[in-house]
Amino acid sequence: MRSNMSISRKLFVSGNYVFLTLLAVLCLLPLVHVLALSFSSSSAAGTGLVRFWPVDMTLSSYRFVLDKPEFLLSMGVTVKRVLLGASFNMLLIILVAYPLSKETKAFRLRTPLAWYFVFTMLFSGGLIPLYMTVRNTGMLDSLWGLIFPTWGMGTNIFNIVLMLNFFRGLPKELEESGVVDGAGHWTVCWKIIVPLSLPVLATVALFTIVYHWNSWFDGLIFMNRTEHYPLSTYLQTILVQDQLANVNAQDLASLQEVSDRTAKAAQIFIGSLPILLVYPFLQRFFIKGIVMGSVKG
Amino acid sequence: MKQGGWNREIPLYLMILPGVLLVFVYSYVPMAGIVMAFQHFVPARGWFGSNWVGLDNFRYVAAMPDIVQVVWNTIFISAMKLIAGIVVPITIALLLNEVGKNGFKRGIQTLVYLPHFMSWVILGGVLIDILSPTQGLVNLMIKQFGGHPIYFLGDNSWFPFTLVVTNEWKEFGFSTIVYLAALTNINPSLYEAATIDGANRWKQMLHVTLPGMTPIIVLMVTLSLGQILNAGFDQVFNLYSPVVYESGDIIDTLIYRIGLVDAQYSVSTAVGLFKSVISFLFISVSYYLAYRFANYRIF
Repeated sequence: MRSNMSISRKLFVSGNYVFLTLLAVLCLLPLVHVLALSFSSSSAAGTGLVRFWPVDMTLSSYRFVLDKPEFLLSMGVTVKRVLLGASFNMLLIILVAYPLSKETKAFRLRTPLAWYFVFTMLFSGGLIPLYMTVRNTGMLDSLWGLIFPTWGMGTNIFNIVLMLNFFRGLPKELEESGVVDGAGHWTVCWKIIVPLSLPVLATVALFTIVYHWNSWFDGLIFMNRTEHYPLSTYLQTILVQDQLANVNAQDLASLQEVSDRTAKAAQIFIGSLPILLVYPFLQRFFIKGIVMGSVKG
Repeated sequence: MKQGGWNREIPLYLMILPGVLLVFVYSYVPMAGIVMAFQHFVPARGWFGSNWVGLDNFRYVAAMPDIVQVVWNTIFISAMKLIAGIVVPITIALLLNEVGKNGFKRGIQTLVYLPHFMSWVILGGVLIDILSPTQGLVNLMIKQFGGHPIYFLGDNSWFPFTLVVTNEWKEFGFSTIVYLAALTNINPSLYEAATIDGANRWKQMLHVTLPGMTPIIVLMVTLSLGQILNAGFDQVFNLYSPVVYESGDIIDTLIYRIGLVDAQYSVSTAVGLFKSVISFLFISVSYYLAYRFANYRIF
């Protein structure tokens, strides 16, 4: 093949390599720029000298951010939320996906119950009725308010579908052998199905961790007191709403050294650090996950 | 299956119960809460005690000066996103498909997926910085090449396009996966036959690759049609400001502001109901079409 490539084909192939490389670099440059800003001095950032490498390398922006009590407080809320929320999500996803993976003759209400979950993706009560429900169930300003209300929302329905399709793909004989040995559904689920489903469990676990780390809107509307804000919500108020109300006198003094811009850059980087850390695993699993999800039983 | 199968099923119902209850409370109860669109809702009196006002809230919404503009913005932005979300990933998938080296292909993919996993808060922070008209990297470069700075996030003629481009920056890598998967399913003997018939790579792309991708393209278009009223709340909310309400305010952001900023609960619910009903029709039709023509099933 290679030897009889025409000139135009050669040109196309090399042009294609160059284009795709440039495209990938272009996608990352904004993030690299912000990373460089976060390690630069405020004067360098202010004069627009910083491109893709720090100028006057310093850690002062990080020191400033990590000294802010609000930042640390919201980080604590997020850590709790991710640990509690991801394990709770996983537990309930397995408990829903296992029954729904059964044949109709083994679980007669399977189809109506599956529709019961899917219907929530087609129609919703909307923002205000949800807000009122969360309020009426006493979940405002509670950590569970960041976990219960969004459990049944779109992303998790997708996770349920992903998991139940994987469960269905497992050989039926495994379950039957368990049943012959006298195992009930509970034992079959936890002792046979779950240990065999590690790839899909890893995929869904990563999805739910990323989901809980990134979620910000529920924190904004369900938490009235800023000390209950998770990190993403706190960052939203800092990076986007830019409320001067959040800046106290001490902050203003140190802002002269640190500059609002480099401080924001440092917070952007810290806010995306966990995503960057799990990313290598994520991207290994999620292609598999998406392929698994598209195998319809 | 022996007699008394219900007994054997009891554990299954117990397992699914917590999930069912949670969805009931936080998805189905809010659906019932839609009644407040027909009330003058007062939180202290609740859904059962508030006065009924019939269609007053809907008349109020219809008379709002901005409502037509907001609906138009929503449809315009999401339609452009829909088109970009089909064209860009397919083009990139086709280009990646022409790359022989698998390592290079995977490397490129790994880099371009990354923004998909970051939230719009983080990406909003990044964009607000790099698009700033005074200090932002993009405008510094524009100035370097002799151009005038552009206020991408503060100029009504630019804002919707900024939304489309930045959304594509976040999502195109991820959307490419589906098309690449479809490409690997095309039977290689079709390419061999085309080569024997004298088709060059361009002709092969037109007559083998694209027809091979047609089912998945149709499916993706159909499914995204159901999202026509979702112009991307997370993105718009983190990038817009009052100066670009004219071109960037969408139904979801309006619902948020009326409901949770102005505390006009019933009016906001009325707008939400309008959106939910239309979305429901669109999504149902799109799923039905996807089921009929692409044999797509949700579960």
